[in-house]
Amino acid sequence: MARSATTKRKVINTTAAWIVGLLIFFPILWTILTSFKTEAQAIADPPIFLNFDWTLENYGVVMERSNYMRFLWNSIIIAGGSTILGIIIAVPAAWSMAFVPSKRTKDILLWMLSTKMLPAVGVLYPIYLLFIKLGLLDTRLGLTIVLMLINLPIIVWMLYTYFKEIPGEILEAARMDGASLREEVFYILTPMAIPGIASTLLLNVILAWNEAFWTLNLTAAKAAPLTAFIASYSSPEGLFYAKLSAASTMAIAPILILGWFSQKQLVSGLTFGAVK
Amino acid sequence: MRLKAHALFMGACAVAALTTAATAETITIATVNNGDMIRMQGYTDDFTAKTGHEVEWVTLEENVLRQRVTTDISTKGGAFDIMTIGMYETPIWGANGWLIPLDDLSAEYDVDDILPAMRNGLSHDGTLYAAPFYGESSMIMYRTDLMEKAGLEMPEAPTWEFIREAAIAMTDRANEINGICLRGKAGWGEGGAFITVTGNSFGARWFDEDWKAQFDQPQWAEALNFYVDLMTEAGPPGYATNGFNENLSLFQQGKCGMWIDATVAASFVTNPNDSTVADKVGFALAPNKDGVDKRANWLWAWALAIPAGTQKADAAKQFIEWATSKEYIELVAEKEGWANVPPGARTSLYDNPEYQKVPFAKMTLDSINAADPTNPTVDPVPYVGIQFVAIPEFAGIATEVSQEFSAVYAGQQSVEEALEKAQALTTDAMEAAGY
Repeated sequence: MARSATTKRKVINTTAAWIVGLLIFFPILWTILTSFKTEAQAIADPPIFLNFDWTLENYGVVMERSNYMRFLWNSIIIAGGSTILGIIIAVPAAWSMAFVPSKRTKDILLWMLSTKMLPAVGVLYPIYLLFIKLGLLDTRLGLTIVLMLINLPIIVWMLYTYFKEIPGEILEAARMDGASLREEVFYILTPMAIPGIASTLLLNVILAWNEAFWTLNLTAAKAAPLTAFIASYSSPEGLFYAKLSAASTMAIAPILILGWFSQKQLVSGLTFGAVK
Repeated sequence: MRLKAHALFMGACAVAALTTAATAETITIATVNNGDMIRMQGYTDDFTAKTGHEVEWVTLEENVLRQRVTTDISTKGGAFDIMTIGMYETPIWGANGWLIPLDDLSAEYDVDDILPAMRNGLSHDGTLYAAPFYGESSMIMYRTDLMEKAGLEMPEAPTWEFIREAAIAMTDRANEINGICLRGKAGWGEGGAFITVTGNSFGARWFDEDWKAQFDQPQWAEALNFYVDLMTEAGPPGYATNGFNENLSLFQQGKCGMWIDATVAASFVTNPNDSTVADKVGFALAPNKDGVDKRANWLWAWALAIPAGTQKADAAKQFIEWATSKEYIELVAEKEGWANVPPGARTSLYDNPEYQKVPFAKMTLDSINAADPTNPTVDPVPYVGIQFVAIPEFAGIATEVSQEFSAVYAGQQSVEEALEKAQALTTDAMEAAGY
């Protein structure tokens, strides 16, 4: 009896998970399918699901018109650079908040998070003017710094949560054995928090890869990443959905593949400390 | 002696190379993603071969582009050497001193050849601030087969009353054919533009000569009621969210009897690769209310302008002269045929017998000539612009007003309620802006 109830529950859970998964994945699947259609098939009503003449023409047009590799390289540098820089700054910050908290630690954490509540466009002009003054407009360095700052509160929060799960006694023992602060952070704490750091890293690469406000507004021709590549195929006057879908597929493919291969780390990291 | 001559020759070559290297620059151009602009990108090599300057393109979706270049020009950021802007921005930015005047273009360029309507719309105080790359108006595109089936004949210059009669006669709900497809989507450049020109053709106006909002006047109620009734009787379901692309899609699939929209759509709906009705499309002037001397057609140009913050004004000017020249039109015609040249910018194009053979050429020119930005409606107005009012506050106000109107189309409020709200919000915004 108990066994059949468990099996039934498993079936329901699995089905529900598949439905939710497919619902979330459907827009991506539809984009990928549309990228292999002609423009006329892309807008056909009723929509065509699989029964169409598959064509690579859109990819050909996109590759011919745009320098995809330049956009891709910019995305890699900006997303990777901002995440690594963020982690370097956030590890010591999260360490101090987790292991040597002061009276105001909670307030500082909340205040950091509150900066995420301001609509980005509210600070567009100050940041733009600052970028002009510093000569950072349309540079990868400028975007790397901005995206790092934007994601820093999330990085600190995530690392803080993971570090809180690590018993302070272990670090104390290391200190008693004569470990310096640097050794304590790099040789004891960091290796223990690897799953947490890895998932923070992955999540922030994804966030930075998809960021489409600053990457569009602070770039022109040189530092534009894949978000600008997609925007160049969107048009309110003309039906270019198949080409837009091809460009979107090319822009999301690298991050989709990265997510697919690292899903185990991502899930284990995100659920780290969730069940107590 | 021979050695000396050789040395002299080599020296001259080196000097020539150095001069070219010193003057050759790389200019960055911000542009929109539409057919004519993308085609121009393909011919950049021709410009580079002629001048030595390289070009880097930043292509963005229209609304993203507008925000992006506004940020840059208002802060003198200098990220772009040429910006693609429209008729709405040009006079405002020109007045602000944000653009370099195009008052010293070369004699070969023949600035007087630019269509007068375009030149006026892209000038401030008589000075040209942007050169039109292509221009457009709006007109009626209709299905000749459905019109014939309905037993009607489209006049060259129809009235709204005829359009309504034809739309009802062409509607065949069982076969999903709507008599007419029109924009209803919120946004000043989408449904807002369409309802403004419809208002003009009923004698309505945005402001009187003292900048007082006019939505409480009977002409607006008449125009809006007419539009809503027409669309309820003969429009597609869910028209409140239809813009240019949605209507283009419906028309290409044979689901619209008529469509009133940008003249640039003519090349899409007559292209047999994309359109199922390519060989059954006729054109006519946009309609007017019987007795009103203004038609519901707008005027727009995508034009190239040089921001005041650029360091490469000379190279930018050379590019603009190349891209909007008669030679560029001939280059495209030679490679891709006359139907693909950028339309609506130059008088000489419409005098060309080859171009006159293009089916939509005459109607495009007639529509552009029928539009007068300084005199858009029956009564006098204090503003310039047909489907817009060329003041900085307009984009925000008109977007809100068009949202109220779209709520009527979606059945969420009545025409009277929407007009009342439009009157109140426009009055408030204009008072706050100091008018």
